[in-house]
Amino acid sequence: RAMELPSSHLSAARAAAAAVGYLRYLRGGPGRGLQLRELRRARRQDIDDVGHKYYLELELEDVLDKDRTVNCTAEVLYHLGSKTSAPDVQVTVQGELRSTEDADQEFYNRIRSLEKELVAENIPDSHGNVPPELEPIHRLAWVASGYVIWQNSTENTKFHLAQVKHVKQVKRSDEDLQFDFVVLLHEMVSQEVLPWEVTLLWHPQRGARVAQSRAAGAGS
Amino acid sequence: HQVLRVVPQSNEELQKVQELQDLEHLQLDFWLAPRRLGLPVDIRVPFHSLQAVKVHLEASEVPYSIMIEDVQALLDEEQTEMLRSSRQRSLDTNTFNYEAYHTIDEIYDFMDMLVAENPNLVSKLEIGRSTENRPLYVLKFSTGGTNRPAIWIDTGIHSREWVTQASGVWFAKKIAEDHANNEGVASILETMDIFLEIVTNPDGFVYTHTTNRMWRKTRSKHSGALCVGVDPNRNWDAGFGDAGASGNSCSETYHGPYPNSEPEVKSIVDFVKSHGNIKVFISIHSYSQLLLYPYGYTETLAPNAQELHELSAKAVAALSSLYGTKYKYGSIITTIYRASGSTVDWTYNQGIKYSFTFELRDTGRYGFLLPAKQIVPTAQETWLALKVIMEHARDNTY
Repeated sequence: RAMELPSSHLSAARAAAAAVGYLRYLRGGPGRGLQLRELRRARRQDIDDVGHKYYLELELEDVLDKDRTVNCTAEVLYHLGSKTSAPDVQVTVQGELRSTEDADQEFYNRIRSLEKELVAENIPDSHGNVPPELEPIHRLAWVASGYVIWQNSTENTKFHLAQVKHVKQVKRSDEDLQFDFVVLLHEMVSQEVLPWEVTLLWHPQRGARVAQSRAAGAGS
Repeated sequence: HQVLRVVPQSNEELQKVQELQDLEHLQLDFWLAPRRLGLPVDIRVPFHSLQAVKVHLEASEVPYSIMIEDVQALLDEEQTEMLRSSRQRSLDTNTFNYEAYHTIDEIYDFMDMLVAENPNLVSKLEIGRSTENRPLYVLKFSTGGTNRPAIWIDTGIHSREWVTQASGVWFAKKIAEDHANNEGVASILETMDIFLEIVTNPDGFVYTHTTNRMWRKTRSKHSGALCVGVDPNRNWDAGFGDAGASGNSCSETYHGPYPNSEPEVKSIVDFVKSHGNIKVFISIHSYSQLLLYPYGYTETLAPNAQELHELSAKAVAALSSLYGTKYKYGSIITTIYRASGSTVDWTYNQGIKYSFTFELRDTGRYGFLLPAKQIVPTAQETWLALKVIMEHARDNTY
């Protein structure tokens, strides 16, 4: 029923990118940056009246723990004819991800204790540099953009985070950290670089959630 | 710094905003470039340019709002990096820093130094001029003969793909070194010439340094077109205008008003046709880690697709042997996307059997903003793949 796809096939790669976006949103954080090492296997199933479903076997790594391999399986269902609904994604990570409790708490304390709200731009810069103290922010941008990528992926798109154009911390009265990002997403098929505004809330125990996101300039 | 927002409501207003793009001394950073009426244009304006920009807009009664009052950079790494690297011009190709990104002036200086140091091997040809009248330079590596069968390599046709121009510089030095040491490609140079165009899109390249690091296209403005620039990899006469390119000038894959409308493309077309003996044509892009062969504009298999597929497998294995970098390979249309009017589809249809496109590192972690310390490893591993292709062509003359 499900047709095997060569892993070099573009539709498999696009589904993998959507799955990685979703996984980054779910499991990423200032102390964890997951990236795709290899798409091991891909199958596709066309479900009448429903859509196209991809079954993927992915090999990932945490950029902070590169010697380890993170294996996972993912299912990506693109709904038929739908331009406005996100693909349904399910990801199962095999084994345990390295704990980031200490790093997360340290980051949280550091940001909470800043007198002035953090502001930064162009991460990485034109030469690919990321100052070490901004690396956790960069990884949070992966989380934020992971959400946008997942929500906006179709079989005809493949998104990557091109650059964090701007990030501004917004101090809150509750315990969450809030970062307002302007991220540039590179869409491979159209080759467009699209700015998105994303508000990310993060807490060391509760994790991340996107409070709002929109294509920059939209609805203003 | 402030971020100003303009929402052009008339062609006059749009034009006024577009004019700002040409004023390079203002050092404006367009977060949202001018596209069409009703769409916001966001401009980060450095402090020293604020008054000039506001005056420019106010004089034509173009309304604007201040989106962000004070953009305070935590670390202006970019500015300090460029300053640091702009001070020390190296005096020869041995002290040139291959591990850094360079400006167009530095790369053009490098070319002249390489020629001066290797007068019996390297010469510099000007094959045309860009839209903004910059010279289009090609380095010719030749040990003699007349119109020998040749290999063509271009880098930087898409200006934001900085690792490619940087790799081109490294390739140039490598060819000269191999020849001097009588190793590597020295044997290929006994019977073949190599042509290398390092900055294939100089206007775009300058623009990525001065204004918009993510600029891809040329900088041409055709009459009737709302936006600037044509995708030079959609402007070739192979399936021109078919699905896989855009007819909208504001699109990153705008094919242009007609094939070869871009001087950057036409100059290569003219060169290839008048040379008449090019056997290998390789166009280098980033990113994705792919080795691609025709076609992009059609699903029809290239007549020697089998041979190209096997050759790609060998080339990719050689590349991988150095640092373990993994590449995928296949035809353009099945591996990356449908693309019409692309370079290697045209060169292949001209009879250049070994036409390939590379997409270099990485696979999206840094994308176009590949850290400078990856330039040399990228160039080194890519070179191994290029040698496999060149040697195959040398051993399979046609």
